[in-house]
Amino acid sequence: MTGLWRQALEIARKDLRTELRSGEVLMITVPFGAAALMLIPLAIGVDAPLLDRVGPGMYWSVVLLFGVLVTVRQSAADGAAQMDLLTLLGLDPAARFAGRAGASSLLLLVFETVLAPIALALYGNDPRGWWWVLALLPLVALGLGLLGTLAAAIAASVASTTLVPLIVVPLSVPMLLAATQVTEGIRVGATIFGWLLLLVVMDLLLAVAGVLSARPLQEATR
Amino acid sequence: MPDPVIDLRAVGVRLGDTPILRNLDLRVGAGEAIGLIGSNGSGKTTLLRLVATLLAPTEGEGTVLGVSLRSPERFAVRSRIGLIGHTPGLYPQLTLEENLAFVARLSGAPSAEVPEVLDRVGLGLARHRRAAACSHGMQRRGEFARVMLTRPDLLLLDEAHAGLDPQAADLVAYLVKGVRARGGAAVVVSHEHGRIAPLVDRFVQLQAGAIAGSGGGQQ
Repeated sequence: MTGLWRQALEIARKDLRTELRSGEVLMITVPFGAAALMLIPLAIGVDAPLLDRVGPGMYWSVVLLFGVLVTVRQSAADGAAQMDLLTLLGLDPAARFAGRAGASSLLLLVFETVLAPIALALYGNDPRGWWWVLALLPLVALGLGLLGTLAAAIAASVASTTLVPLIVVPLSVPMLLAATQVTEGIRVGATIFGWLLLLVVMDLLLAVAGVLSARPLQEATR
Repeated sequence: MPDPVIDLRAVGVRLGDTPILRNLDLRVGAGEAIGLIGSNGSGKTTLLRLVATLLAPTEGEGTVLGVSLRSPERFAVRSRIGLIGHTPGLYPQLTLEENLAFVARLSGAPSAEVPEVLDRVGLGLARHRRAAACSHGMQRRGEFARVMLTRPDLLLLDEAHAGLDPQAADLVAYLVKGVRARGGAAVVVSHEHGRIAPLVDRFVQLQAGAIAGSGGGQQ
């Protein structure tokens, strides 16, 4: 039996290699995300102050909506035969969760990073808040990666994929709020510590919940 | 008699309100191989999944490799069980070699043996081909290679000969003989009784989730 972190690394490596070859995130989700970002300026017209104000919120909305799709899709990529294989290899379910969430988070970070300059070009006349958006990227990517992986595991345990949005939507709202409020807070000079703390605490809670529930959820899936 | 590898006593499995397996008593000893036969829906695959610890019994008691099917210790014996099911468990975007290397790294099996086992199952020249580009028969061979690599103490083969040409069918015999020689046990499900009769000590027939009879192997 190899260590938990080494197992997690193997899972993440396998997931990322699979994604690189299938190209689902980079070739499908990113263009749709970019298109979603373009729709609002087209609807509003050339109202630079308004676009500047709504820009960060639009960016985070697109990241959350498409990001959750990315991470849930990633988590549901394994069929029953692959799940059985991993179980019978003696893989620690917590390692599977950690590896999968890690890979999803990395993909989300790429997704966020590719979309950020597009959003800046379309909306961002005032770059002050955007630098903080860049600083927030890893925190939000990790939260979404953890949330999507956990939601997919819960949905699999009760054989109901319709549960995923019911779990993800309410839990992603605080992330959306925190990310937009941090960005806005920087722009207007308001305090952001509470919102940053909320993001960190959510990431930690999701990580702990995912690791602790990994075994029971795996066993309930059968 | 040595400790049985599989020991089921009055075991039943229900999925919801539906009984899938009923009142099963089954012992398979070390070095023994049995053939599991029965019509579609008789519970063969469910029995394999139960023995693989992927399902827990809802009634009765049982042990596999000396560990209770209800105890948390069953998690620890899973890596000693090799299951080849209906659907290949290869990752379609990975090559055959990458699939086996992944298995080796997670199971602790020697990665250096990957090329050797791929050659042994006749996939040496296809090792860089992605699993998605392989036929069903090739993927089954890939599964056989995985089991050769991990050397389980309990081998479970579901529809052992499905989609295999005669040369690949010889691999089934090789695997069963190998696990027996290591002092393990094998359960082989096949609709082609004649092909597995030379491999097994006896047949166990399932009917509507219960054992309807046993006997008749050629080993």
